[in-house]
Amino acid sequence: MSMTIDEKKAQNAALIDEVLKAYPEKTAKKRAKHLNVHEEGKPDCGVKSNIKSLPGVMTIRGCAYAGSKGVVWGPIKDMIHISHGPVGCGQYSWAARRNYYIGVTGVDTFVTMQFTSDFQEKDIVFGGDKKLEVIMDEIQQLFPLNKGISVQSECPIGLIGDDIEAVSKKKSKEYNGHTIVPVRCEGFRGVSQSLGHHIANDAIRDWVFDKADPDKRPDFVSTPYDVAIIGDYNIGGDAWSSRILLEEMGLRVIAQWSGDGTIAELENTPKAKLNVLHCYRSMNYISRHMEEKYGVPWVEYNFFGPTKIEESLREIASHFDDTIKANAEKVIAKYKPLMQAVIDKYRPRLEGKKVMLFVGGLRPRHVIGAYEDLGMEVVGTGYEFGHNDDYQRTTHYVKDGTLIYDDVTGYEFEKFVEKVKPDLVGSGIKEKYVFQKMGVPFRQMHSWDYSGPYHGYDGFAIFARDMDMAISSPIWGLSKAPWKK
Amino acid sequence: MPQSADKVIDHENLFREPEYQDMLANKKAFEFNHSDAKIQEIVQWTKTEDYKQKNFAREGLTVNPAKACQPLGAVYVANGFHKTLSFVHGSQGCVAYYRSHFSRHFKEPTSCVSSSMTEDAAVFGGLNNMIDGLANTYNLYQPDMIAVSTTCMAEVIGDDLNAFIKTAKEKGSVPQEFDVPFAHTPAFVGSHITGYDNALLGVLKHFWDGKADTAPKLTRVPGEAINFIGGFDGFVVGNMKEIKRIMDLFGVEYNVICDPSEVWNTPTDGEFRMYEGGTTKETVERALNAKATIIFQEFSCEKTAKFIGEHGQEVVVLNSPIGVAGTDRFLMEISRLTGKPIPAQLEKERGLLVDAMADSQAHLHGKRYALYGDPDFLLGLSEFLLELGAEPAHVVATNGEKDWEAKMNTLFASSQYGAACKAYPKRDLWHLRSLLFTEPVDFLIGNTYGKYLERDTGTPLIRMVFPIFDRHHYHVRPIWGYEGGMRVLVDLLDEYFETLDANTIVAGKTDYSYDIIR
Repeated sequence: MSMTIDEKKAQNAALIDEVLKAYPEKTAKKRAKHLNVHEEGKPDCGVKSNIKSLPGVMTIRGCAYAGSKGVVWGPIKDMIHISHGPVGCGQYSWAARRNYYIGVTGVDTFVTMQFTSDFQEKDIVFGGDKKLEVIMDEIQQLFPLNKGISVQSECPIGLIGDDIEAVSKKKSKEYNGHTIVPVRCEGFRGVSQSLGHHIANDAIRDWVFDKADPDKRPDFVSTPYDVAIIGDYNIGGDAWSSRILLEEMGLRVIAQWSGDGTIAELENTPKAKLNVLHCYRSMNYISRHMEEKYGVPWVEYNFFGPTKIEESLREIASHFDDTIKANAEKVIAKYKPLMQAVIDKYRPRLEGKKVMLFVGGLRPRHVIGAYEDLGMEVVGTGYEFGHNDDYQRTTHYVKDGTLIYDDVTGYEFEKFVEKVKPDLVGSGIKEKYVFQKMGVPFRQMHSWDYSGPYHGYDGFAIFARDMDMAISSPIWGLSKAPWKK
Repeated sequence: MPQSADKVIDHENLFREPEYQDMLANKKAFEFNHSDAKIQEIVQWTKTEDYKQKNFAREGLTVNPAKACQPLGAVYVANGFHKTLSFVHGSQGCVAYYRSHFSRHFKEPTSCVSSSMTEDAAVFGGLNNMIDGLANTYNLYQPDMIAVSTTCMAEVIGDDLNAFIKTAKEKGSVPQEFDVPFAHTPAFVGSHITGYDNALLGVLKHFWDGKADTAPKLTRVPGEAINFIGGFDGFVVGNMKEIKRIMDLFGVEYNVICDPSEVWNTPTDGEFRMYEGGTTKETVERALNAKATIIFQEFSCEKTAKFIGEHGQEVVVLNSPIGVAGTDRFLMEISRLTGKPIPAQLEKERGLLVDAMADSQAHLHGKRYALYGDPDFLLGLSEFLLELGAEPAHVVATNGEKDWEAKMNTLFASSQYGAACKAYPKRDLWHLRSLLFTEPVDFLIGNTYGKYLERDTGTPLIRMVFPIFDRHHYHVRPIWGYEGGMRVLVDLLDEYFETLDANTIVAGKTDYSYDIIR
């Protein structure tokens, strides 16, 4: 017999207490604030968030550089992003995020390349500004079709007092107003990737919007149906399988931020009639700015799974005229049979399966609907670098009694999974093999485990197939030797 | 509507469907890109001698380097010790990167913690992070040892590990006698192999030289054992197994110092093993008494080699021997040091490798290779290529220096097949791209990132260098020893035959050479 909701809540609360026992007292007190059992009707999930990770606990989080170079700036394809500092940061993040794009790499696009100033001891001692100037000259010579340069600061830059703003201004002037963007995303700033997103957004505001000549592209003629996709990094082609739906409903997508995006698209975005925002966490800042400064409204949407896609298409259409609204219904109707076929195929195999998530950005809540479309239940979720507004939004997705864990530590996550025994864990590469060793099916929910797209109707078919493949793989029946069973 | 529930279309085909092709073509109107003609002009220009000259004149910019930073090597080293947790003092994002990097290569978990320093630590120093961090790590993950290294942040602000660890112990973070070896591993000096060296030196110093003045220094009692140190090695899972097999065949007493081959090779059987295998503290202490230490990769262990030598042992330094003569030297050193004869089994394996090379050499003879990677690997592999009558034409080490170049030149001079070969220290894969256009070769040997060179220049890539993300499980088979040589040979041949087949596969046009017997 399944547990009552109260029993489930009591069990989860006991589990949290048990896990906290492993910590020194001071640490346990701090971690307790990040763990909770969700109570329906509350305004948020009852956890503290966006607070410094504790040293030595094996946080899953990254840094501000990862948030800026890795997430926001890196996918802008016709710019060159310099990982400014020692070689490692750029090396480990080199082409690791699967931001798909079209272009001739090394000639007119540069996303899957690693440009670094490869700091040496002398650069630390004497400063790296001179070297940065040389680097910009060399970029202009060897990559003449680049449409801009960004300087992605690594930790030492802010510590040694380099003036990358001055270098950027000087070189931009020298190269006839070429877009050159200094970004102060040193890894020690803030508590996670999240501040890096914010800093990157602000850099676009200050060094792209504020410097762009509004008459630069007379060819660009606005229409009443212009929208920009904000906060989709085109992982495995996500932005493409989203764009196609917006275009099918008669909207004109004038920009993608930032997956497969270009500097021209960024500069033209203030001309949009509506900004549609997928990853709220990483790009709400620039959306708010465009609303305030240029009067472009923005709306959040969710393209994971047919239920949420349908809601989102209607919500987006509600900002436009009846033609668009009617088109949205046509799009929904067009894909209904496909969605039904996908659900008919996979739901019987996945019905009632329990999922635990721990991801970044929007996914700890956004993907819940897609799992529910397949009859699955998310029993635990948490954000790597969410803020309270994320946990507020999460209340619309999670069920009463869901286990919530903010900035989960390696130890906590392992114990939670061990006890809750989900049928599937969705998290990142650092977690994948831990849980697979334990015999728990796993999907990476940052990189889509090298699959995707997962956004849009086309993406949902892949999502459903992948979740089924993970859970139904015959491998899991082999993990215990027959003589040990 | 391209997608289907019956047969789900994945990304590589989905976006080739007409709906998406139209969509992507229309998107171009918003990109305001350069003209196709201009793009083609630059594409062609990057292939020229002129571009190469300008490319090689670079003084500041590094593009697509073949090296990582010091702490990565330090994390590798910590993973090589029994029940040891790697603790990196500095920013936490770095640790997320090291863990991901190793896990993507080995397809295994990689445990490592950070002291999570942020702005306040940048101002006041990271002492409190060390104090709390060591306490948390010790309680939560119950290691037998915590090996501390640093990110560049901690190095720039000048945190003193020795003092910090002492203070943390005084504050009760970990027991006084708990082992916390440490190494400063600034990312702006050297590369991941320098970090390996510093971190390993840190461990040996700790155990041999009095645990940071908290214990008496150990006294060497000369014995008969041989120490083995592998250096930073992406194939460690397969290689270490092979090295141990060789040592066992000799019947020698040996200590492997730093052995992560088990923690990066654990079963899926229902249990996550955070710690598995690795060199024990007892072995590290015993290693001081060894007769000699064989260091398999010189440039991974420069300081470590010196340190061991100063402690009264003979140190034999090799350069990642690969193939026949290199393995011969390795075995003869073991034999010389121990007085034991080369085992008949190994002699037979040598003959089998030579036999296979004799069978196949005609296919590789005169083939020109470009290769890049760590300095020692390049020395070892180049020697094997020369043995096969192949030419290691362009050899690029982003983390190689002048002394490495000199060794490469000596090697080239030792063979007639080395005459047209050149070593490129401190160059990156964008330099190599130019070389592959202006002085093309038949094959490229490198890591996953080499696939971009394969795409741009059409040079077939053989993956034999860390990291390999886009092929699975290569690391479980050795490239060292005669057995490893056999694997390398087969890999070289496979790529040759695959390329030949691909070049002759067109029916009725080229398939006269699409041979069945080769």
